[in-house]
Amino acid sequence: MTLAEKRKLGSVLVVGAGVAGIQASLDMANSGFYVHLVDRSPSVGGIMAQLDKTFPTNDCAMCVISPFLVEVGRHLNIHVIPCSELERLDGEKGDFKATIVNHPRYIDTEKCTGCGQCRQVCPVVAINEFNCGLDLRKATYIPYPQAVPLAYAIDRNACIGCGMCEKVCLAGAVTYDDKTKITELEVGSVILAPGGEMYDPKEADSWSYSHPNVVTSLEFERILSASGPYRGHLMRPYDREEPEKIAWLQCVGSRDINRAKNSHCSSVCCMYAIKQTMIAKEHSAHELDTAIFYMDMRTYGKDFDKYYSRAKEERGVRFIRSRVHSIEPVENGNLRLRYVKESGESVEEIFNMVVLSVGFKPSSGVETIAKKLGLTLNEQHFFRTGDIRPVATSRDGVYVCGVSHGPKDIPQSVMEASAAASVATSDLSSARWSATRTPQLPPETDFSKMVPRIGVFVCNCGINIGGVADVPAIREYAKTLPHVVHVEDNLFTCSQDTQERMKQVIREKNINRVVVASCSPRTHEPLFQETIREAGLNKYLFEMANIRDQNTWVHKNNPDLATAKAKDLVRMAVAKAEYIEPLHQVKLDVKPAVLIVGGGVAGMEAALGAAEQGFQAYLVEKTDTLGGMAHQLRKTWQGEDIPAYLERLIKDVTNHSKIQIFLNTKPVHFTGTIGSFTTTLNDIHTGNPNGIIEHGAAILATGGREYRPEGYQYGNRPDVMTHLDLDQAMKDTPATVMNADTIVFIQCVGSRNSDRPYCSRVCCTHTLKNAIELKKIKPGMNIFVMYRDVRSYGFRESLYQEARALGVHFIRFDPENPPQMNIAENNILTITVTDHILQRPIVISPDLVVLAAAVLPNENKELFELFKVPVNAEGFLVEAHAKLRPVDFGSEGLFLAGLAHYPKSIDESIAQARAAVSRAVTIVSKDGIMVGGVVAAVNPDRCAVCCTCVRACPYGIPFIGNEGHAVIQQAECHGCGVCVSECPGKAITLQHFTDQQLIAKTRALFYQPAMNE
Amino acid sequence: MSDWEPKIIAFFCNWCTYGAADLAGVSRLQYPPNIRVIRVPCSGRISTKFILSAFREGADGVWVSGCHPGDCHYIEGNYYARKKFLLFKNLMDHMGIEPGRLHFAWISSAESTKFQKIATEVCDSVKQAGPSIQFNKRAGLPAQAHLS
Repeated sequence: MTLAEKRKLGSVLVVGAGVAGIQASLDMANSGFYVHLVDRSPSVGGIMAQLDKTFPTNDCAMCVISPFLVEVGRHLNIHVIPCSELERLDGEKGDFKATIVNHPRYIDTEKCTGCGQCRQVCPVVAINEFNCGLDLRKATYIPYPQAVPLAYAIDRNACIGCGMCEKVCLAGAVTYDDKTKITELEVGSVILAPGGEMYDPKEADSWSYSHPNVVTSLEFERILSASGPYRGHLMRPYDREEPEKIAWLQCVGSRDINRAKNSHCSSVCCMYAIKQTMIAKEHSAHELDTAIFYMDMRTYGKDFDKYYSRAKEERGVRFIRSRVHSIEPVENGNLRLRYVKESGESVEEIFNMVVLSVGFKPSSGVETIAKKLGLTLNEQHFFRTGDIRPVATSRDGVYVCGVSHGPKDIPQSVMEASAAASVATSDLSSARWSATRTPQLPPETDFSKMVPRIGVFVCNCGINIGGVADVPAIREYAKTLPHVVHVEDNLFTCSQDTQERMKQVIREKNINRVVVASCSPRTHEPLFQETIREAGLNKYLFEMANIRDQNTWVHKNNPDLATAKAKDLVRMAVAKAEYIEPLHQVKLDVKPAVLIVGGGVAGMEAALGAAEQGFQAYLVEKTDTLGGMAHQLRKTWQGEDIPAYLERLIKDVTNHSKIQIFLNTKPVHFTGTIGSFTTTLNDIHTGNPNGIIEHGAAILATGGREYRPEGYQYGNRPDVMTHLDLDQAMKDTPATVMNADTIVFIQCVGSRNSDRPYCSRVCCTHTLKNAIELKKIKPGMNIFVMYRDVRSYGFRESLYQEARALGVHFIRFDPENPPQMNIAENNILTITVTDHILQRPIVISPDLVVLAAAVLPNENKELFELFKVPVNAEGFLVEAHAKLRPVDFGSEGLFLAGLAHYPKSIDESIAQARAAVSRAVTIVSKDGIMVGGVVAAVNPDRCAVCCTCVRACPYGIPFIGNEGHAVIQQAECHGCGVCVSECPGKAITLQHFTDQQLIAKTRALFYQPAMNE
Repeated sequence: MSDWEPKIIAFFCNWCTYGAADLAGVSRLQYPPNIRVIRVPCSGRISTKFILSAFREGADGVWVSGCHPGDCHYIEGNYYARKKFLLFKNLMDHMGIEPGRLHFAWISSAESTKFQKIATEVCDSVKQAGPSIQFNKRAGLPAQAHLS
C-alpha cells in the first residue's frame, strides 16, 4: 500500500477520563469523530471531582464540572468504558488496533438505574477512597453522587458475597459472576490523559503524617467539601474539634530531592494552599489563624498574584518563608512546628492541624502505558514532550495532555486537551463523520390546534419512591387532573422496556404532552425528551415532577405528607404541561472557514491547525510580516531552536493552499452569529477595503510585547538591557555580552507592582536559561539574579537547580526595597541590594544589567470593541470561564490564544492556539447549527426601546434593530431569562419558562380547576 | 390549627440551588415536607410578579434561591436577582408582610447540608408566621376552593 491508500479511521481512543480526557473527548465527538473513553475507575471525573473549590475564582468544582460529566455520559458519539485499561496498541497512526482490558464491575451498567437500593442493604463497609479514606462507604458503592455513568459497582475486595444486593435489585443488574474481558477497538489516533496522583507522605516519615491531624491537601479538600466526610464542617480528624490554627507546608514531595526524590515543582500547590486558607476561614465559625510555610510563592497564572495579595492583605493569611524542619505531636492532638525565620531566629509554634501541600506525581498508569506503548518518559517519570510539539509523544499518532506529562492546573490541562484533540484528528479529517452516529427520528407530529392530551407516568424507582409515598394513590389522583388521558405507574420509568412502552402509549392514545413523576430533571429530563421525540413528539412537550430526590428521599419519616407533596408536584407539572408549546430549533448554515487575527506564532499555529483540519483559514496581520514576537527569541526553555521553527512555520503557513494571508490589514467591520460571521478587512495604510470574508468562527491572537522599563537608566546606557535586548545581542554581537565579567539580572521590572499586579510568568525561566548559557560559555562570569520569588514552575525547576549548581548567585529582595542603581561620577554603575540572609546591603558593580521586563498585551481597543470581547484591567482578553473554558470567549464562535490572553511561553502559546482550533472546529465542521429552544423571544409590539435588556443581558446579545425594537438572536441567547424579568414592558418571553407556565404551576398548588373547565 | 402544615413555594435556579436540593436527596438529608419547588434556569429569571402571585394564590411562604455571587452559570444573572429582591423585600416589608414569610438564600449545588439547614429554617419561620391571609385572594372563601 502506498501512503495515500492507507486507511484513516474516524474513531479515536482517549485514555483517562479526568477533566483533560473529558475535554478532549467532547471536542472530538463534537467535531465528527467517534470517541472511546477508557478509565480505570468506575466513573469519569478524575481529581477535579474531588476538589471543593477552584482558584482563583473560588468556584465550586463540582458545579462547574458536572455539566461536562453529564454531556460525556449522554453523548451519542462518546463511548464511556469505565473499569478498563489500555493493554496494547498495534498498527500505526491513522489505523491502530487497541486492546482494552475490561475489569469486572459486578454490576451491569446497562441495567443499573443508580437507585442505590443495593447500597442501602449492603452490610459491609470499606475505606472510601473518594474521601481519601476519611470515612467509609459500602462495598456496593458509587464513588460520588454525580458520578457518570450513574451506576453502582461492587468492591469485591470488601464484598462478603452475602447476596443482599442481588436480592433487592429489582432491575436485576447485579452480576456476581462478572469476568475480566478483552475488547479490541479500531482507532485512528490515541490521546493519553491518565493524569497524576498526589505524593504520598508515607513514603518518608519526616512530616508526622501518621498523626491524624496531619493531613494532605487532597484530604483537606474533602474536609472542606460540602459533600465530604464532615459535610463541609471544618473539623480536624483526631477529635472532630474545630481547629483554630492551621499550618500549610508547601513543597511536600516536590522540589525535594532529599526526602521525596522529586525535583520538579508541582505548579499548583501554592495556589491551592492559598485557596484552602481562604475557604477554611470562610468555613470557620471563629477567627482562624492560617499560616503557609513556603520557599517561593509561585502564583504565576492569570489573576493569581491578585489572589495572593488578597489572602495576605485582606484575609490576614500568614506567609512564612521557611522550610519547617520538624513536626512533633504534642498534647491535645496538637503539633509543634520548629522552623527558622529568614532572620536566622529559631521559632517554635503550636498548631491544631497541619496540611501537607503534596505535589503531583505521574499516575501509576503512566509508567505502565509507557512500557506497553513504547513511549519515552522524562527524568521525573512523566511522559516526555517537547516545546514545539507540546502534546506529541515519542510515538506517531499518540498524543498526551494533562498532568501525565507535567504538573499543571485545570485550565492548562483543558487547553492541552483541546490542543491534543485538534492535533490527533488533523490527520484523520478525511474520515470526519465516517464513524459517528446520528439519531434516526420520525417527523414531529403537528399538535397545534389540538387540546392537550396529557400522559402521566409515575415511577416507583424500585422502592425509592414507592417504599415511602403511596404510588397507587398518586396514580389514581393524577387521573382526576384536567386533560390527563393516561396514567400509569412503573417500577422504573427510566428502564429500557418502559421507554419502549411509553412510545407505544403515546402513539396509541394520541398523547401530546408527557409528564413523568420520578427523579430529577437535572439527570433524567434529556432521556425522557429523547424518548418522546422518538415517538414523534416535540421534545419540549415534556414536564417532570421531582418526587424522589426532593420528596421521598428527604421525607422518609413522613410518608403521608410525602404522598400529599407528590400529588401537589404532579398537579403542578400537569398544570404547566397544559401550557407548554413545541419549540422548534432552526438550522443555520455554517461557513466552513476560520478567521484568525494576529500573525504571530499563536495566529500562525491556529491558521495551520484549521487548514490541516480541512477548513479555509484567513490569517490577518497588521504589520507587513508574519512571526511577531518570536522573531526576537532564540530558544525554548528546553533548548529547542526557535528561529528554525519559525522559518518552517512561516513557510508552511505561506504555502498552504487553504490559508489566505492578509498583511498590513485590519478588520473594520464584523457582524453575524456563531457559524456565520462576515468580516470586512481594510488595508491598514490606505484604508481601502481588501476583502470581505465569511467565516464560521474567529480566533483572536493579537499578541503582546515587552514593557520598555522606566528607571534603571534603561535607554540611556548600552550596559542596561531587557531580556529581548539580551537575546538580540547574543545573536548579533555576542562579544558585547561575553566580555562582561559581572552581570546582574533584576527580576519583576514592571510586573507584580501596583500598575501591573500580575506575574509575567516567563521571565524567571528566561533569566535562568540565559544565566546557565552564559555560565557554560564563561564559567568565571559572576552572575547575580535579584528576585522576589523564583517562579520556575513544573520541570523548569531543573533550570533553577542547574543555575545554582553552576554558581549563579540568587539574592532576594522585597518589593518595598528594590535594588538601587547608582552611577558614580566616573560613570561606573553600581547596584545596591539588601541581602536577606546577610541582613545588610551589598554593592555590586556589574558590566551589564539585564532587566526582566514585564509582558504587556498589545493594545487593540478598537479591534476588541469591534468583536465585542472583554478585556481585564491589565488589557488581557477575558475568557468565558477561568477553569473550563480557557480559550472560548463568552460570545459563541469566538476564541482566543497566545499572549493576548496572558503572558506565556511559546509551548503554551502553541498549545493554546491548537486548542482554539479544536474549539473552532466543533463549529465549522458541522453543516448547520441548531439554534433556538429555551431562548428569549421579543414581542415587537410591546417593546418601548428602553434598552433595559441591552444593558441587563450578561452576554450583551440584545440590540435595537433597524425596525426599531429590541432583537435577540436565537443563535446567541443562552436562555437565562434575566432580560425577561427585567423588561418593564413585559415584551420578552423565555420560551418553555414563560410567566404563564410558571404562574400556572403556582396557581395549581392551591387551586384545581374542574375537569371540564 | 395543630395539624396545619404551611405550603411554601420555592423558586430555585437549575444550576445551583436545585442541584443542592437534589444532592440533599441523594445524601438523604431530611427536612420538613412543606416546600414545593419551581425550577427556573437562573435566579435572574425570577420576577417579583411570581412572588406576588404566589402569595396571592395562597402561599404561606416564598423562598427564592440561586447561585452564590460569582458562581452564576450565566455570569451575572444572580446579581440582578439579588438587586431586585433587596428592593422587593423592602417593599414587602413596607406593605406589612409578616416577618418570616419571604426568604432569599444563595446555595451552591454542592451545599446539601446548607440546603437542609435553610430549608428547615424557612419551614420553621413560615410555621411561626401562621397561615397567610393578608395577600391570599381566596382567603375567606368556602373551603372547597382550597386544596390542602
